[in-house]
Amino acid sequence: MKMFKLSSKDMMLMLVLSAAVLTMPIWLVPFGAGYPDLMQKFAIFGLFAVGFNILFGLTGYLSFGHAAFLGVGSYTAVWSFKLLSMNVLPAVMLGTIVAGLFAVLIGYVSLRRTGIYFSILTLAFAQMCYNLAYSVLTPITNGETGLRVLRDDPRVLDNMFGVVQEGSPVGSLFGVNMQGYPGFYFCAVMLLIGFFISLLIFRSPFGMKLIAIKSNQNRMRYTGFNTRPYLLIAFVISGMYAGLSGTLMAVTDPLAGAERMQWTASGEVVLMTILGGMGTLTGPLFGAVLIKYFENIFSAFNESSLLEIFSFLPEPLQHFVVTIVHPFVGEGWHLTLGALFMIIVIFLPGGLVEGFGRLSKKFKSKPTQKSE
Amino acid sequence: MGNNIVLDIAYVDKSFGGLQALSNINLQIEEGKTHAIIGPNGAGKSTLLNVCIGRIAPDRGTVTFNGELITGKQPHEINQAGVVRVFQTPEIFPELTVLENVMIPAFAKRDGSFKFNAFSLLSDETDIVADAEHVLDDMGLLGQSAHVAGSMSRGDKRRLELAMGLVQHPKLLLLDEPTAGMSRADTNATIDTLKRIKERGMTKVIIEHDMHVVFSLADKITVLAQGMIIAEGAPEEIRGNPKVQEAYLGESTDE
Repeated sequence: MKMFKLSSKDMMLMLVLSAAVLTMPIWLVPFGAGYPDLMQKFAIFGLFAVGFNILFGLTGYLSFGHAAFLGVGSYTAVWSFKLLSMNVLPAVMLGTIVAGLFAVLIGYVSLRRTGIYFSILTLAFAQMCYNLAYSVLTPITNGETGLRVLRDDPRVLDNMFGVVQEGSPVGSLFGVNMQGYPGFYFCAVMLLIGFFISLLIFRSPFGMKLIAIKSNQNRMRYTGFNTRPYLLIAFVISGMYAGLSGTLMAVTDPLAGAERMQWTASGEVVLMTILGGMGTLTGPLFGAVLIKYFENIFSAFNESSLLEIFSFLPEPLQHFVVTIVHPFVGEGWHLTLGALFMIIVIFLPGGLVEGFGRLSKKFKSKPTQKSE
Repeated sequence: MGNNIVLDIAYVDKSFGGLQALSNINLQIEEGKTHAIIGPNGAGKSTLLNVCIGRIAPDRGTVTFNGELITGKQPHEINQAGVVRVFQTPEIFPELTVLENVMIPAFAKRDGSFKFNAFSLLSDETDIVADAEHVLDDMGLLGQSAHVAGSMSRGDKRRLELAMGLVQHPKLLLLDEPTAGMSRADTNATIDTLKRIKERGMTKVIIEHDMHVVFSLADKITVLAQGMIIAEGAPEEIRGNPKVQEAYLGESTDE
């Protein structure tokens, strides 16, 4: 098993991360985030960001169109539920593969350009997919209503093996319904597998060559490397991660809509990656969890809940504070996200991971300062 | 060592806008020899090297390497054929460590222009690391192998650049002013290194301004001026050639 001969440090990382992810339902409770819907989001968007980082973090190519693959994954999964089976395994496989094929196409064209032109090309492709889903492709995407599973869908495999579900159809893994906690654990296992593959890529010669392409692509060519296939593979791998994430969205809630492909969704994964630490192994995962957590916390507040929170203040002050805070919560939580993003980019260009590094340095140097 | 022609540059023309950078260049590089190309600034020396590695396409003429036409080929194909260029301004990977900078070209030599080795571990690549460390030791850079390459001094970057070329064991090494920007001590160390390579039979083309370097290393010298070859021969012949002194050596002593 040469493949698993990771350094002991990486083994530790993998073990700690697995333990942390799988025990989320316990330790997230005090943070008010220990419920399955939110934890599913943590795992799904974590996976999306980890995959996006393989392209953006390693090669430096900034794609603004990865939400397209997310959407493709979702639609494929729902079609798999409709035509084949409510079992999630075919959906997961097909969603990932079809998104990968899309990534080959879009990547092949977009990678002819670098820098801002590459970003614009990917953005254009994603917006094209988004608009097509609402117009020409309505027979496949069901337009604005979104694609959903119905009781009388063919489901060839389910009929063949005599699998019958009571009530409205939900994704299942051999009888276990993929909603609530089972759904979270399924996503969590996918996240851990995805993270492990990302770890292997980071520690491989292939990963080092990708970083070298980011550092000086021209030099790579004169060093004897054909950089195009390297970039295309990184693009397709990250597209497949996005496709898998989209599939998991459909697994936990079997419907797909085009809004998943909107450019804001592509932008969100860029924010997650930068916020956590672009090009770092764990950063994108932290970024994704943090953004989804804050989205959940801040968007839940409204005026009356704010008034309640600040009820300890004298009344005029209470109303003043609420007026100030109100635009940052609820519908306006993106304002908080924007402010947070600016603070991180200005003061911690390396993202949260850089912040953790600085903190741990401070803690380590403190005892020595005391002894002096 | 016979008189095998390794690199054959035939009838090469290149102009940029109205400027004739190269006109009718015919040049043969013999196997195992160190061939220096000298000439005043703007004579077309760097353009000629760029034609050889596929960075610039000539307007006319061909470059043949070991009997294989390389004009019109991609830079990575020319490198894989065995023609390696050492750049004048260091073209390193500034964010990578010194060791990684040398491992990358070693991978190119071993794996070819593309290999999807995403599921093998860097820590298992002991041969590549040993190769890289050997070359770094040769260049006196082994002590810095864990440093980030971008933080090195300019002279050290030049030596790293040379190490990146040498680790590929090229059949033909093209050196663009390998000692420019180096101290006298570093220059002499580089000359020693290049002499050692010569003993291994590596063919080299050197572009150089420093006459001390040229006359210490070159078996044959070609003099370029205004895009044309004005003289060619053994170092002693070139030193005594009045045309060369007028175009180049004389001019440089006037400055």
